[in-house]
Amino acid sequence: MKDVKCECGHVNPHGTVLCEACGKELIVQSTTEQLIDMRYEGSARRSQTYNKTIIDKIWNFFSSVKVGVWLIIITLIASSLGTILPQEMYIDLPPDVYYEQEYGWFGKLYYQLGFNNLYSSWWYLVLIAMIGISLVICSLDRVVPLYKALKAQRVTRHEGFLKRQRVFGVNESASESDFSIVKKHLQERRYNIREENGDILAEKGRFSRWGPYVNHVGLIIFLFGGMLRFIPGMYVNEDLWVREGETAVVPETDGKFYLQNNKFILEHYDKNKDKTFEKAIDKAGEVVKNYQSNVVLYKRVGENLPGEKPTLKKVEDYKVRVNLPLTYEGYSVFQASFRNELNKMSFGLTNKKTNQSMGELTVDLRDPKMKYDLGKGYSVEILNYFPDFEFADNGEPTTKSRVPNNPAFVFRMVTPDKPKGETSFVAIKQTIEPFGDNQYKMSFKGIETTNVSGFIVRKDSTLWVIIIGGIIFMIGVIQGAYWNHRRIWLQNKNGEVWIAAHTNKNWYGLKREIEGVLADTNLNMPIDQTQLEESDKGGV
Amino acid sequence: MKKRRLVIRSIILLLLGAAVVYTLYQNFTNDTKQKVAVGAQAPDFALVDMQGKKHQLSDYRGQGVFLNFWGTWCPPCKKEMPYINNQYHQYKDKGVQVLTVDIQESELAVNQFAERLKLDFPIMIDTDKEVMNTYGIDPLPATFLIDKNGEVVNYYTGELTEEKVREFMEKIKP
Repeated sequence: MKDVKCECGHVNPHGTVLCEACGKELIVQSTTEQLIDMRYEGSARRSQTYNKTIIDKIWNFFSSVKVGVWLIIITLIASSLGTILPQEMYIDLPPDVYYEQEYGWFGKLYYQLGFNNLYSSWWYLVLIAMIGISLVICSLDRVVPLYKALKAQRVTRHEGFLKRQRVFGVNESASESDFSIVKKHLQERRYNIREENGDILAEKGRFSRWGPYVNHVGLIIFLFGGMLRFIPGMYVNEDLWVREGETAVVPETDGKFYLQNNKFILEHYDKNKDKTFEKAIDKAGEVVKNYQSNVVLYKRVGENLPGEKPTLKKVEDYKVRVNLPLTYEGYSVFQASFRNELNKMSFGLTNKKTNQSMGELTVDLRDPKMKYDLGKGYSVEILNYFPDFEFADNGEPTTKSRVPNNPAFVFRMVTPDKPKGETSFVAIKQTIEPFGDNQYKMSFKGIETTNVSGFIVRKDSTLWVIIIGGIIFMIGVIQGAYWNHRRIWLQNKNGEVWIAAHTNKNWYGLKREIEGVLADTNLNMPIDQTQLEESDKGGV
Repeated sequence: MKKRRLVIRSIILLLLGAAVVYTLYQNFTNDTKQKVAVGAQAPDFALVDMQGKKHQLSDYRGQGVFLNFWGTWCPPCKKEMPYINNQYHQYKDKGVQVLTVDIQESELAVNQFAERLKLDFPIMIDTDKEVMNTYGIDPLPATFLIDKNGEVVNYYTGELTEEKVREFMEKIKP
């Protein structure tokens, strides 16, 4: 594993193909006819040369671009699998029920494989991590030798190096004036010119070689920002539903903040007030203009146990509207959604024969009373209350949940004619009299609804890292894509004047530029040796 | 030179590996970690029962506490209540306290439920969902078994049989 000393005097690391200084071929690749492979300036890609310890083996695996590309392809395919069925965060039922119920055997399989939560599964994160590791190691493995090689290059290059460049040409001789014209043209075209013993190296755009490595750094920072989200407290994204008039604790704030919802406002565009939209409103019907919740933010004062009423100090009033969140101490509360909920139901205790109401009662669906006294010997008791009514498998009435989506009652109607009371089962659009015909009934008088505002509570301390990663990535892309690294050599060899040139991209542009450089001189345009080979193949 | 290369590569791989392991570990614990795990101290709380009596968990240090979370809409909760009631009577004088917490329902519904099933143990309603959040309750019914030192010795979801209830209460008997 020794370093190699070239005949020009420069010491190269073991495994170097082309001498860093003069470009002489140190390791013979193949026949001397072929053009040399200029990738990475012929420097020793470390991973290709050392393969001894297990550390080396792991390093070499990740430094391979082929491996990196395969990792990306596999990750792409895996990502597409998560789009076949809805992911867990978008469904309302518990997953062990939902997938089989909606999608049969396929859904059940999908759930068993863990695909319902694919993007958080350990194997998916491992794939992303491997791409990240590949990024780091691929870049390190290539950029260090490339930088060293480009730094060490000398003006005077070895014959073999120049002869086997893609763009190469020989001139019998060149005059002083030709040389100075060429130098002037090169300077006009903003080349950096280095001279040594009458040999010229003109170079420009070397910085663009670092573009790919800059954009890799950007990607690594981006992934690092994504990883930061796993640190507790860095990223919070929760739903919070608060009924009008109620106060709820804001999730993931450690019980520190409470939000009171005073009112939810839903505004529509008015055809008459907003004349510009008249035609559009006619076509579309009702169009919402504003979703708004008037809230009060409170902060808890002192310590208290869960279940006890906390002491709250008001922080601020705010009208939360779409895209105009309430922000405080890094937390943002967004107006995201709303729903309308049944709040109160009114009934009249009615004599079936006379259709006369003996009294009215209003039941609060979230906190009904046990007995409602209507006076004069009339009263109604609630024997049973089912907020979300359905018939169970055994035919008995039961409730699905505690949310008043479909309220049903078993009333006992106590009247002077029937002091022992009559029983009536009342649900929406359904009345059942279980013990035979009653004299009285509970007639539905009205319903009152209330609004529940849906908020999204978010805190994101990782965003700036991700944004910076993205910006650096774009800088790297632009740096590498919009400029080329061009070098032109003008050297005296064996009494002749040799011209050779190299670029990492856009050979056509380079050749046009050389034409311009050599204009007004007696020097011949060098030829593109790849086209020479092709025409050879096609020849007789 | 060789040694230096090995050291540098090892350090880089180790740093990358550590980052990956940390991320995977966090992801795993986020998904599966119990908010109140077996072996942890049971978080203190205070609620008022249907008779108006205040219960604070830490008041019951020195006794075992059978802490059950339920709702009237949950059929297994309904089925296991009589068993809990029976065993409550058995173990009342043996130092096992039963505390049950209903999730945010109306007093009417809870009272009627208790009356119909003739339940004698303390029933408290968690109106603000705070206790539920603190204990990380998701599926119902959920039962926490807390020993005399306030430590959670077991956590059970799903319907309890009378045998299981007895077994649990025996376990936390001081």
